[in-house]
Amino acid sequence: MPPHIHISVDRLRRRRQTTQPPASGGEGRACPECGTHFRAEELARNSRVCTSCDYHFPLSAHPRLDHLADDGTWTELWPELRPADPLRFVDLEPYPDRVERAERSGLREAIVIASMRIGGIACLAAVMDFGYLGGSMGAVVGEKLTRAADRAAERALPLIVVTASGGARMQEGVLALMQMAKTIVAVEELRAARVPLIVVLAHPTTGGVWASFASVGDVTYAEPRALIAFSGPRVIEQTTREKLPETFGRAEAQLAHGQVDAVVDRRELPDRLARVLGILRRPAEPEPGAAATWAREGRQRAARAAQALPALSKRLVGRGGPNGDAESTVHEGEDG
Amino acid sequence: MSDRRGFLGLRGGRAADEADEPDVWRVIQLARHQDRPYPLDYIERLMPEFEEIHGDRLFSDDPALVAGIGRYHDRPVAVIGHQKGRDTRERTARNFGMAGPEGYRKAMRLMDLADKLDMDLVTLIDTPGAYPGASAEERGQGGAIARSMQRMLRLTVPSVAVVIGEGSSGGALGIGVADRVVMLENTTYSVISPEGGAAILWRDAARSRDAAAAFRPTAASCYRWGIVDAVVPEPPEGAHHDYDEAARLLDGYLERTLRELRRQPPDQRRRLRRERFRRIGAYRGAPTEDGSAPAVGSGDGRSPGGE
Repeated sequence: MPPHIHISVDRLRRRRQTTQPPASGGEGRACPECGTHFRAEELARNSRVCTSCDYHFPLSAHPRLDHLADDGTWTELWPELRPADPLRFVDLEPYPDRVERAERSGLREAIVIASMRIGGIACLAAVMDFGYLGGSMGAVVGEKLTRAADRAAERALPLIVVTASGGARMQEGVLALMQMAKTIVAVEELRAARVPLIVVLAHPTTGGVWASFASVGDVTYAEPRALIAFSGPRVIEQTTREKLPETFGRAEAQLAHGQVDAVVDRRELPDRLARVLGILRRPAEPEPGAAATWAREGRQRAARAAQALPALSKRLVGRGGPNGDAESTVHEGEDG
Repeated sequence: MSDRRGFLGLRGGRAADEADEPDVWRVIQLARHQDRPYPLDYIERLMPEFEEIHGDRLFSDDPALVAGIGRYHDRPVAVIGHQKGRDTRERTARNFGMAGPEGYRKAMRLMDLADKLDMDLVTLIDTPGAYPGASAEERGQGGAIARSMQRMLRLTVPSVAVVIGEGSSGGALGIGVADRVVMLENTTYSVISPEGGAAILWRDAARSRDAAAAFRPTAASCYRWGIVDAVVPEPPEGAHHDYDEAARLLDGYLERTLRELRRQPPDQRRRLRRERFRRIGAYRGAPTEDGSAPAVGSGDGRSPGGE
């Protein structure tokens, strides 16, 4: 561990065990759109979607995985990966302090990788969490996504990615920028293995995440009203002095501009994913029993072919002669 | 052409370390100097026969990104570069070198052509970032950058990306996923411009010097972090003092590197290109299951994981 990281991993591990994940308990919340007040359990029961106006409250990674996975059962992969501080970056506070504070909330990084089943189909999920440093993409996000893609490719498992990110993590400088290219390499590994990549864009998906793996899914869904943009509205207004409409960059506008395949209500997302995974499922692998049968039949066919060989070769030699029809001969040999 | 000076970081050259770190703010000013040579200045000197192509065949042409084919050391070569514009009128016309989706789509058109006709690809990076505009967003700015990177990873021909000025954000990386990535001596490569970083992290755009010092976007730092493979020297007072000499120094590196890359089989080149980008990043944690990766960071011994 680099000496300039002043975080004790043991200390963090102990702390994590005693800290509850955020946003799952506590007191109620009012919907920012319509003002309806909800108790926390009530909101959780409705996948954190407002029952009166369908506003989608932010959903952090763990409850998101609970929501997507069959029976809410999933296994996290590579939770041990943590950010380093290669630039020894200090803005208004040192980067390690920001990391420590983010970890205190119970999160380990801005992405969680998990293996699970959706609609009975085994898959991997990579879920981002805006609550951890704005869901920003640093080296850990790039590395975890790369490992997830490798495993998905290796085991022919579809990869589901749920994004929620402000973009590259400033505190990791140009190394964070390079994660854009790294995640595109990961996407290319999936392509080589002919494994599906399904992207779900949650609010917000901006900057380097939208300009890399998030925009090259095989099928791309967006949650209602999610902001999806390379440059955020504030940056655009400052740079171009354009006045942007409220709808700018929102999921519905991105659908209209052909940038996403569908806007899907969170409550329907598990079924929607199950359906698309079902459609893309490859022909089932033969049962071990069936394979044994085929192997036995294959051996019998081979034996029969071997017996027929002298006759066969005679006829093949005569190919083109008066008796010559090598194609049908071979075919007979196989059936025989 | 022979090298006047050794290239930093190339075989036999000296490795840059922190002691060599020049004044960051001075480098940023040099990288953005209004008289700095732009892609068309290098092209004019390195490949007098050059044919620019225009348009993405979908919507329009993007003057912020020039693309074309030229004759270079007796071979055809494809060139893409951010072109900032010299005076106010040209700068406005070229959007200050901030490319939109049409620019990246034109770039991909040229990459297709490079593959088809077996031409080496050279990209020249000099941009404050991709264009932030509502219309660019509507036409898929994010997807265009992502697909341009994807297209570069699939290239069958050799590719070299050269940061010739300011390399900021995804707008730079969109044409930066090459077999070799190098920076000229007085250039920067960063996740964001110092002003943008100051506005976000210090909530005060005026603190751009602090942001610059924190990002350390210089060639020496980027070399140390394993982001670039070499640093190409400039004329003593900077590239804007002597375009001919700046072009000659770049030529020395470029010609040799393309020749080296051409000796690799295309499949190997593509594999190494992917590996080059996938190992970038410093993190802490346990090794991978097969125990192959180091516990801290990655890279190739140049210690991007801190020291």
